[in-house]
Amino acid sequence: MDWLKFFRGDKPNSAKIAKDRLMLAVAYQRSGQANGPTYLPKLREELLGVVRKYVQVSDEAVQFSVQREGGLEVLELNITLPDQ
Amino acid sequence: MAKIIVVTSGKGGVGKTTTSASFATGLAMQGHRTAVIDFDVGLRNLDLIMGVERRVVFDFVNVINGEASLKQALIRDKHLDKLSILAASQTRDKDALNQEGVERVLNELAQDFEYIICDSPAGIEKGAFMAMYFADEALVVTNPEVSSVRDSDRVLGILSSKSRRAEKGEGKVKEHLVLTRYNPARVAKGEMLSVDDVKEILAIPLLGVVPESPSVLTSSNSGVPVIREEGSDAGSAYQDLVARFLGEDKPHRFITEQKKSIFSKLFGAQ
Repeated sequence: MDWLKFFRGDKPNSAKIAKDRLMLAVAYQRSGQANGPTYLPKLREELLGVVRKYVQVSDEAVQFSVQREGGLEVLELNITLPDQ
Repeated sequence: MAKIIVVTSGKGGVGKTTTSASFATGLAMQGHRTAVIDFDVGLRNLDLIMGVERRVVFDFVNVINGEASLKQALIRDKHLDKLSILAASQTRDKDALNQEGVERVLNELAQDFEYIICDSPAGIEKGAFMAMYFADEALVVTNPEVSSVRDSDRVLGILSSKSRRAEKGEGKVKEHLVLTRYNPARVAKGEMLSVDDVKEILAIPLLGVVPESPSVLTSSNSGVPVIREEGSDAGSAYQDLVARFLGEDKPHRFITEQKKSIFSKLFGAQ
């Protein structure tokens, strides 16, 4: 019933979920494997190597992406550090 | 100099052919000599949407293979003398389109037309690649839906790396977002990605928003591009889109929900 929902104010916002999922999917797509420079995988490996000298992180904890923004390419590296 | 514009999307069924037909028709209505080519070899459809299916004698592949001249294969629109259509072939030969052949046909068209619209097939295989390779500009047709948006992003990546302009270092292919099957009421309810969401994800300028509209189907039933349907919302959206493409400053309509009646405000969902 619509009016009940109105009072409870709980509308499911699936568009928001769609957007969040897309942001990730698109970032992954742009992350080099598709059309980025060919040196990206190697760069990723080497950067990971440096990080691992200090912190042990799994492969899944690393998000690596190249975004096009206007004429610029932005390299973004996100590492989730493990809980102590 | 003729401008080559590809209408592309990656995903199928989002409105590429509908957009190609209306965009080409709109440019011709504004007095520009325009040719529209169906690149979907094997699954020709533009002829049906343009209402010229009974006048196809020779097709794109015939011209490439030298079996017919371009003049013989071009179908002049019955209503607009500045508009011509080049149909796709029904052949199942996947390699029917080759780069040299396509380039030759485009060069010949460029002598007589101001705008050459390439209606791309779905996917990112040869036909789609050929349609986008020579493009100066691209209309990226997208539905506010996850798979369509992701595919559009994929296509943008290919345009920026594999097109002739990219390969020859002639600058970027100019990209335009065309958001189709938009339903503002569902956007307001949080059930559909908004224009701003899609713009933010794809990061290309918006050329037009075409609302989900019954007239798209009915106009295709009768083989009239929807832009020629007087008073239809989708038709008006395409007219605005063409005007904007030609440099006019038109505000976007059809982005917000139609005003609700007091009754539905009181009893409907928010």
